Amino acid sequence: MSNWLGLAGFGIVIFSAIMMLLLAFLRRKSHPVFRDIPAFTRLRQAVGLVVEDGSRLHVSLGRGSLTTPQSASALAGLALLRRLADLTSAGDQPPIATSGDATLAILSQDTLQAAAKFSDRAASDLVAGRLTGLTPFSYAAGAIPAIRDEKVSANVLMGNFGVEVALLTDAVERENTFVLAGSDNLTAQALIYASAQEPLVGEEIFAAGAYIESGPLHSASLTVQDVLRWLVIAAILVGAGLTLAGIL
Amino acid sequence: MNPRRFPSLNAVISTAIAIASGLIVLAGYFFVQAANGQASLWTDLRLTLLDWAIILAGFAIFIGVFNLLQVHFKKIQNKQKGSFYSLLLILSLLVTFVFGLVRPAQMGFVFTTVQLPVEASLMAILAVTLTYASIRLLRRRLNLLSVIFLVTAVLMLFATAPLPFLGLIPGLSDVLRPFIAQVMAAAGARGILLGVALGTLTTGIRILFGADRPYGGNK
Repeated sequence: MSNWLGLAGFGIVIFSAIMMLLLAFLRRKSHPVFRDIPAFTRLRQAVGLVVEDGSRLHVSLGRGSLTTPQSASALAGLALLRRLADLTSAGDQPPIATSGDATLAILSQDTLQAAAKFSDRAASDLVAGRLTGLTPFSYAAGAIPAIRDEKVSANVLMGNFGVEVALLTDAVERENTFVLAGSDNLTAQALIYASAQEPLVGEEIFAAGAYIESGPLHSASLTVQDVLRWLVIAAILVGAGLTLAGIL
Repeated sequence: MNPRRFPSLNAVISTAIAIASGLIVLAGYFFVQAANGQASLWTDLRLTLLDWAIILAGFAIFIGVFNLLQVHFKKIQNKQKGSFYSLLLILSLLVTFVFGLVRPAQMGFVFTTVQLPVEASLMAILAVTLTYASIRLLRRRLNLLSVIFLVTAVLMLFATAPLPFLGLIPGLSDVLRPFIAQVMAAAGARGILLGVALGTLTTGIRILFGADRPYGGNK
């Protein structure tokens, strides 16, 4: 039984991978149109302002360890950090990345270094990617000075957070700077909705790459998510119908 | 050599290793048992790779702590704002480290008398922060969803916390609260979690394709 389930899971992954590749290939020269998410439009404007006024961008990646299932949101945050580092490469200062997990901090340093190398800029400062604390609140307490004292004018909080995210959004609010925040954690999503200027709800954090034009594979992955979502809805409806009919 | 056109050998090797490791771990999850009923080769490889990852994550904590020290040393060196707190952090770190070496059995004492009360006080600040954020929500985003969010939050508060002299409110505590929490919120949460799961799947595939490379590769 477990092997059949495994095979089904493997089939879904292969199906998604093939569909993603096909869509990326077919749309390699076109610009797909997605529904408007105002948060991403404002993020672009905020990034433009960062470059113009010589301030800094701060990306906080949360506490999602790479050895846990929460790593996906952290990896989405890292992909966004890479793209934002590219977009701000014309600015005076590289972005700062804070995180509450050591492996994530190392990867953020690496991402910033790679972005600096790609844009032919001087190597990024190693303290630009930093670990601010290993427990939820020490992480938030360590990230707040970065928001407050380092001439930051735009903040992106993307990754796995808990309730401590409200302390970060509150610090941003006090500085009257831009914040876009999203998490895969339900509690954090509710807190972000209540306290952040530009909240991302649900799986919108995984759409960031497609909205800031990280490449055709990002756009294709968003379409694959939509196709899979319709398949899940169909499966739920069929399951409900069969249960009502007494077959299941 | 322009890195835009020629990825370094280091980047190629790290990408190949990361993709291969990802594929092995994925296969290990899907093909758990061999034909003879025992753990498959993929499962053994997956567990070995995960063990290695956990060991590396342990070492990463050391590097992370050094990074933390580096950040705060630099702050003190440049006499930046808040450098006194940086000094306090470094001293606390050193004292805790020495305490851990001298009295390893009493390390719990540090956590229960210092770390725990500090984190509890931050939690208390959070309650005030959230109340203030809720009040500002309507000023920031005046729309139907914000109104529903706030009304639901207030209703749940009244239904959960017993009121002085009144206790639990009939109808609200025993009917409305379970309906909101177990039907409406649970349905919404499942929808969001399904979306997050699909997003996780596509993010994983992008990394397996090498489209997102958070590991030593320039793109």
